Amino acid sequence: MILVILPYSTVLPLSNTARLYAVCALRDSILKSLLAAAHGLSDEQKEFQKMAFDFAANEMSPHMAEWDEKEIFPVETMRKAAQLGFGGIYVQPEVGGSGLSRLDTSVIFEALSTGCVSTTAYLSIHNMCNWMIDTFGNTEQREKYCPELCMMDKFASYCLTEPGSGSDAASLLTTAKLEGDHYVLNGSKAFISGGGDTDVYIVMCRTGGKGPKGISCVVVEKDTPGLSFGKKEKKVAASCSLGAAHACVQLARDHLLVRKQFGETLSSNQFLQFKLAEMATKLVASRLLVREAALALQEGRSDAVSLCSMAKLFVTDECFNICNQALQMHGGYGYLKDYAVQQFVRDIRVHQILEGTNEVMRMIIARSLLSESG
Amino acid sequence: MSRVLVGVKRVIDYAVKIRVKPDHSGVVTDGVKHSMNPFCEIAVEEAVKLKEKKLIKEVVAVSCGPTQVTETIRTALAMGCDRGIHVEVSGKDYEAMGPLQISKIFAALAKKEEASLIILGKQAIDDDCNQTGQMTAALLDWPQGTFASEVTIDGEKVKVVREIDGGLETIKISMPAVLTADLRLNTPRYATLPNIMKAKKKKIANMKPADLGVDMVSRVEVLRVDEPPTRLAGVKVETVDDLVAKLRANGTI
Repeated sequence: MILVILPYSTVLPLSNTARLYAVCALRDSILKSLLAAAHGLSDEQKEFQKMAFDFAANEMSPHMAEWDEKEIFPVETMRKAAQLGFGGIYVQPEVGGSGLSRLDTSVIFEALSTGCVSTTAYLSIHNMCNWMIDTFGNTEQREKYCPELCMMDKFASYCLTEPGSGSDAASLLTTAKLEGDHYVLNGSKAFISGGGDTDVYIVMCRTGGKGPKGISCVVVEKDTPGLSFGKKEKKVAASCSLGAAHACVQLARDHLLVRKQFGETLSSNQFLQFKLAEMATKLVASRLLVREAALALQEGRSDAVSLCSMAKLFVTDECFNICNQALQMHGGYGYLKDYAVQQFVRDIRVHQILEGTNEVMRMIIARSLLSESG
Repeated sequence: MSRVLVGVKRVIDYAVKIRVKPDHSGVVTDGVKHSMNPFCEIAVEEAVKLKEKKLIKEVVAVSCGPTQVTETIRTALAMGCDRGIHVEVSGKDYEAMGPLQISKIFAALAKKEEASLIILGKQAIDDDCNQTGQMTAALLDWPQGTFASEVTIDGEKVKVVREIDGGLETIKISMPAVLTADLRLNTPRYATLPNIMKAKKKKIANMKPADLGVDMVSRVEVLRVDEPPTRLAGVKVETVDDLVAKLRANGTI
């Protein structure tokens, strides 16, 4: 398998071939599993992980750049993923889900995001919407929506954020008023992943008074009269960050072993050796924190919320730094779209913002630490 | 109805950069990523497809080696095999294990399990022997359909399209038979999450070669393992005449 990115040429060909070599190198290096992604996992988890890595390398990685460039929502690939059980990973089997744990899910998303971070981030949102209906819906709702969402016959979006309410989510203004036998919703949502392409919208809206207690969740289907979509925003997307960072450490390592300057490979440079060591250490630390948070969540531990907030805060920040540093190590080449590293950096920058900004995470953690029962 | 034995070998993953041990006794395997031999994956896929078409009743995945090979058997179970057999071989016996010993094991198992078909990968990517299928058929005195790129079961017969140097050859053989899978036979499926979970409950039986009456003594001794010679730089020439002259000069033509 060819994996050497031309080390001596002064001008790197800006071609699809170079892109392919870079992707193949990524695939090979991921398979070396230097970074202990499989350590501490059960045999089944190792199987899930292996399968997800293979799927990411074969079905996602080769298209990651094109999906980014052409802003494609890769329906066919996601349906393939759904056939393997990725549409409802922690949804109950009786409605078509795979019935796995949060830790299993984290391991899977981490592996998938080495193939494409933003597609995996969407998959995680779809899974969350599916889980919400499975967990909080009644039998009729579960049976109506979950099987289709598990197979990805239908795609879901999570709608909380509005133009006027992001971090202060509880101040949302979209209302749902009961009129006879139906609800009338009024308002607008913003920054909705999959918005316009998806079929089932999980909409948070106000049915009661002010604040969080007045908010309910309404499922809205795509062709509901009165539902319209704005323009697709141009934008530069915790387990997904891990996969990206894992991929970037591998890419950086391979580059250091190949690129020569001042008569030696970059890997002989102590500063870069130390930097790489720090990146790997932070990656492993991040992974442990995510997995611990996932365990806490699935066991219903009292520290689950704080731990998840800590994980989100730490991991998204650290992994972005890892990817950014990996880009830096590539020098000028890191800035070329022929190299995957820049896409990982762009894709995970948003993880420090979405699903609760890292500032909000600090609020949650501080509140927990300073509370009476803390 | 029929039972199929499928052989699955645990080999160093195809994408790994192979390193020769400093003492030249073999290649480094410790801590190196291993996976199912790609041709064995194709064999498993074919067996599972035959079962889905209801042409065969049960698929049994077999692997020979130390404890780690059970991972490979589990992958086969996750792809759809019904149960597994782990033939325990370790230490010096494992290092010396080759196609002759494996084919003796498969021949014994085929009789014990009353199998109608044995499907193997055409060769393993570590030793590239391409012998086990052929030897197994010979030991059992069964017909063989090797390098199969298409398999059709028709009653008690199997039609096999074989990839050969001259193109494609179609043969019809009677069951019980041995088939070996070539690259284009099929595209192996990903194990699905539900199937990986179901595989946990499937049984893997343990046995030793001695239980099957097989002696593991090898008639082959590996003397030395070396890396291939480093590739030399090429030479560019200006004309076709220069090319012919150079090829003559270095004895190529």
